[in-house]
Amino acid sequence: MPNEIVSVEPLGPQTKSFVVRAPRVAARAQPGQFVVVRLHARGERIPLTLADWSAEDGTITLVVQEVGKTTLEMGASVDEGSELADVVGPLGEPSEILSEGTVVCVAGGVGIAPVYPIARALKEAGTHVIGIAGARSEDLLFWVDRLEEACHSLVITTDDGSAGRKALVTEPLAEILAARKIARVWAIGPAVMMKFCAQACAKAGVPITVSLNPIMVDGTGMCGACRAEVGGRVRFACVDGPEFAGDQVNWDLLIARLAAYREEERCALERYRRMVREAAA
Amino acid sequence: MIRPEQVPMREQDPRSRVHNFDEVPLGYSEMEAREEAARCLKCKTAPCVAGCPVQVDIPGFISQVEQGDFRAAAATIKRTNNLPAVCGRVCPQETQCQGVCTLGRKFEPCGIGRLERFVADWEMEHGARTHEPPPATGSRVAVVGAGPAGLTCAADLRMLGHEVTVLEALHEPGGVLMYGIPEFRLPKEVVNHEVEGLRRMGVAFEMNVVVGKSITVDELLSEGYGAVFVGSGAGLPRFLGIPGETLIGVYSANEFLTRVNLMRAWRFPEYDTPVKVGRQVAVVGGGNVAMDAARTALRLGAEKVTVLYRRTRQEMPARVEETHHAEEEGVDMQYLVNPVRLEGRDGILSDVVCLRMELGPPDDSGRRRPVPIEDSEFSLAVDTLIVAVGNQPHPLVPRTTRGLEVTKWGTVQADEQGATSRPEIFAAGDIVTGAATVISAMGAAKQAAVAIDAYVGKQ
Ligand SMILES: Cc1cc2nc3c(=O)[nH]c(=O)nc-3n(C[C@H](O)[C@H](O)[C@H](O)COP(=O)(O)OP(=O)(O)OC[C@H]3O[C@@H](n4cnc5c(N)ncnc54)[C@H](O)[C@@H]3O)c2cc1C
Ligand SMILES: Cc1cc2nc3c(=O)[nH]c(=O)nc-3n(C[C@H](O)[C@H](O)[C@H](O)COP(=O)(O)OP(=O)(O)OC[C@H]3O[C@@H](n4cnc5c(N)ncnc54)[C@H](O)[C@@H]3O)c2cc1C
Ligand code: SF4
Ligand code: FES
Repeated sequence: MPNEIVSVEPLGPQTKSFVVRAPRVAARAQPGQFVVVRLHARGERIPLTLADWSAEDGTITLVVQEVGKTTLEMGASVDEGSELADVVGPLGEPSEILSEGTVVCVAGGVGIAPVYPIARALKEAGTHVIGIAGARSEDLLFWVDRLEEACHSLVITTDDGSAGRKALVTEPLAEILAARKIARVWAIGPAVMMKFCAQACAKAGVPITVSLNPIMVDGTGMCGACRAEVGGRVRFACVDGPEFAGDQVNWDLLIARLAAYREEERCALERYRRMVREAAA
Repeated sequence: MIRPEQVPMREQDPRSRVHNFDEVPLGYSEMEAREEAARCLKCKTAPCVAGCPVQVDIPGFISQVEQGDFRAAAATIKRTNNLPAVCGRVCPQETQCQGVCTLGRKFEPCGIGRLERFVADWEMEHGARTHEPPPATGSRVAVVGAGPAGLTCAADLRMLGHEVTVLEALHEPGGVLMYGIPEFRLPKEVVNHEVEGLRRMGVAFEMNVVVGKSITVDELLSEGYGAVFVGSGAGLPRFLGIPGETLIGVYSANEFLTRVNLMRAWRFPEYDTPVKVGRQVAVVGGGNVAMDAARTALRLGAEKVTVLYRRTRQEMPARVEETHHAEEEGVDMQYLVNPVRLEGRDGILSDVVCLRMELGPPDDSGRRRPVPIEDSEFSLAVDTLIVAVGNQPHPLVPRTTRGLEVTKWGTVQADEQGATSRPEIFAAGDIVTGAATVISAMGAAKQAAVAIDAYVGKQ
C-alpha cells in the first residue's frame, strides 16, 4: 500500500519518527529535499523534510515535531499500519554536496533530522564533517548515534547543560570558525538559530547554507505562499530552495511571515483539543 | 415570431449569494430549454459551429433539445466535447459560438452555452451511458497533468483502445477546474463527475506525482509508455514586481484560490487550511481570475472589494458574465489604475499606492497600452491584496526533459497536432499556448490524441 506507515518511533516528548512506504519518493530522494503530506481528506498540506530513505525498501523516514493542529494530530493518530492520504515528493532542490575540505553541520532541535542525511552525504563524498547538535535540554535531543556516525566529530550543546556543553550552538560554531579553515557551514533549525549562525559565518567570511521553512501550500511552485527574500530578490522556497545562502536571507521577513496565521492556528488547535477531549469523555 | 431575448436563466439573488458558495446560475428547466432551443434558426451554414474551438454540432444538438430528446442531444455534444457540463459553464461563448450566431445580428444570440449546460446536467441527473472502449491496442500512454487538456487527451486515447495513465502533481484531478475556478461558478461535484466517467472508461489516475521531480518524462518512456502527453498547464503565478509584495496580506490569486477551492479553506476550521481575508480587499487584474478572486473575497466576508485594472472595461479579458456578476454583487471596479508600491506596518499590508493611467497607442497585442499619468499617485487602505495578473508555464517538465524545446515565453514548442521537438512527446493546452481557455486546451488536446494514436500505431 502506498503511503502506509511502516513504523512509528517516539524520539522525545513531542517528536516522533515515521517510516512511510513511498517508493517513488524513496527512489529519487536526495539530501535537502522534502515531501508534502496530507493526513486525511480534510487535512492541510504540510512540508516535512526527508530525514532518511531506502530506495530498496521503498520507504522514507519523516521526523515530526508537534507544534500545532496537524503535527499534533499526526503524533496522536497516525499509527503503524495506517495510511497517510497523500505524500508527494521529493520536492525542492537537493543540497549541493561538496567533496573536499572541512564543513560544519549545525542542527538545532528537530533540525537534526534534515541535517543527518546532508552530513552523511558530505562524509561519503569525502569532506571532513564536524557536527554540532543543540537542543533546549537532553530529552529534546535524538539521533545522536546516527549523527556520530555521519560526522567525523560531533559537539552536543544544550541550553540548560543537561547534556553536552551548556551553550547555544553558535558558541562552538564561532570557535571552530576561528580555529580552522572551513569550506562551508550548513545550519538547519529554528529561524532565529539560523539567523545567528549566518551572522557568525558572515563575520568569519565563511559561506553558509540554511534551509528555510516558510509556510507552504502546494510545495511545487504554483502559489507563492513560500516567498522569501534572498539577496534582495523574492524567491519561492519550495522550488528555488529550500536551501539558500544564509547571509543573504531576510530573516525578519521570514520570521514575520511564519506568524501570519497565528490566530487561525490557535483556533484550529483549540478546536482539535476540544474534539479529542469530547471523544475521550 | 422569434423571441428577441434569450429565455432568462434563474439565478441566486445577488444579496443572498454573496454569503454562500452555491452556484449562481440555477440552470434551465426542460420547458425553458426547449423554448430557448426553438429560437435557434438551425442555419445551414452554422457559423456557430465554426466559432466553436471543438466544432460541436450546435444546430444538431439544439434541434434534439427542441424535440425533447435530451439523451440524443448529449450524445451529439459528446461526439466532440468530453466536458460539456464544464464548458457550458465556463466557456467565453460571447467571443466564440454566440459571437457569430446569426440571431445575434438582430436579436440576442441563441443561448448555446446555457443549452449545453442544460443537456450535460440532464444527462448527469439521468445517468450517462458508459461507453465500452474498443479492444486493447497494447499501447500505453502517459498523460502529465489532469487539467482539461490531460483529461480530454486521456479520454480520447482510451476510446481508441490505448491503456492510459494520468499523472497529476496535486492530490485531486481537474487542474484549474479544481483549484482555480470557484465552487459558485463550477461546482466541484461537476468536475468529479466528469473524472468518474473517465475512471469508469478505464483511465488510470495517479495523484501526487510531480513529473520532473517524482519521475521524469524520459523515465516514463523507458518504463514502457509508448508516448507521453504533456498537459501541465500554466500554473506559475506572476507577481507585480513592486516593493512590498512579501507583506502579510498579499496573495497570488493562485494561492488565494487554491486555499479556498482545492483546500476548502472556506470551510475552515472544519477543513484544516485557513485563508485570511480582511475587511478591505483589492484585486489587481481584469481577467476571469481577478473576477473569481474578487467574488470569492466577498463570500469570505470582505466588506469592500475593489478591482484595480490598468485598462478600461472594453479591454477587460474576463467573460462578460463574470464581470456582470461581480458588479451585481457589489465589487467596485476601478479602471485605469496601476499599483506601484505596497505599504505596511510591522510586516502587515496596510495600503496600496497606485498611479492613474490613460490609454496610449496600441501595443503588440493590438490593445491600447496604458501609460501612467504624472503626479496622479493615490493610496487605498487595504488589508488584503490579491495579485491576478496572469500565470505562466511552470519550467519543471521542459527543464527535466532532454531536448524538449521551449519558446522564449517558456511554453513548450508544439504544432497544431501537439507534436514537439521529441517525436514520442506531445503537448497541448496552456503549457503550449500560455494561459488561455478550457475549450482551447481541450480542442488542442483532441488533435494531440489523434496524433498520438497515429504515432503509437506505427511503433
Ligand atoms: C521545507 C520544510 C521542511 C520542513 N520539515 C520539517 C520536518 O522535517 N519536521 C517538522 O517537524 N517540521 C518540518 N517543517 C515544519 C512543518 O511543516 C510545520 O511544523 C507544520 O506545517 C506545522 O503544522 P501544524 O498544523 O502542526 O502547526 P500550525 O498550527 O500550522 O503552526 C504552529 C506553529 O508552527 C509554525 N509553523 C507553521 N508552519 C510552519 C512551517 N512551514 N515551518 C515552520 N514552522 C511553521 C507556526 O508559525 C506556528 O507557530 C518543515 C517546513 C518546511 C517549509
Ligand atoms: C481562476 C481561473 C479562472 C478561469 N476561468 C476560466 C473560464 O471561465 N473560462 C475558460 O475557458 N478558462 C478559464 N480559465 C483558464 C483555464 O482554466 C485554463 O486555460 C485551462 O484550465 C487550461 O487547461 P490545461 O489542462 O492546459 O491546464 P491546467 O488546468 O492548468 O491543468 C494542468 C494540470 O497539470 C498539473 N501539473 C502541472 N505540472 C505538473 C507536473 N510537473 N507533473 C504532474 N502534473 C503537473 C497541474 O497540477 C494541473 O492539474 C481560468 C483560469 C483560472 C486560473
Ligand atoms: S448560428 Fe445561432 S441560430 Fe444559427 S444554428 Fe447556430 S445557434 Fe442556431
Ligand atoms: S508553496 Fe506554493 S509556491 Fe511554494
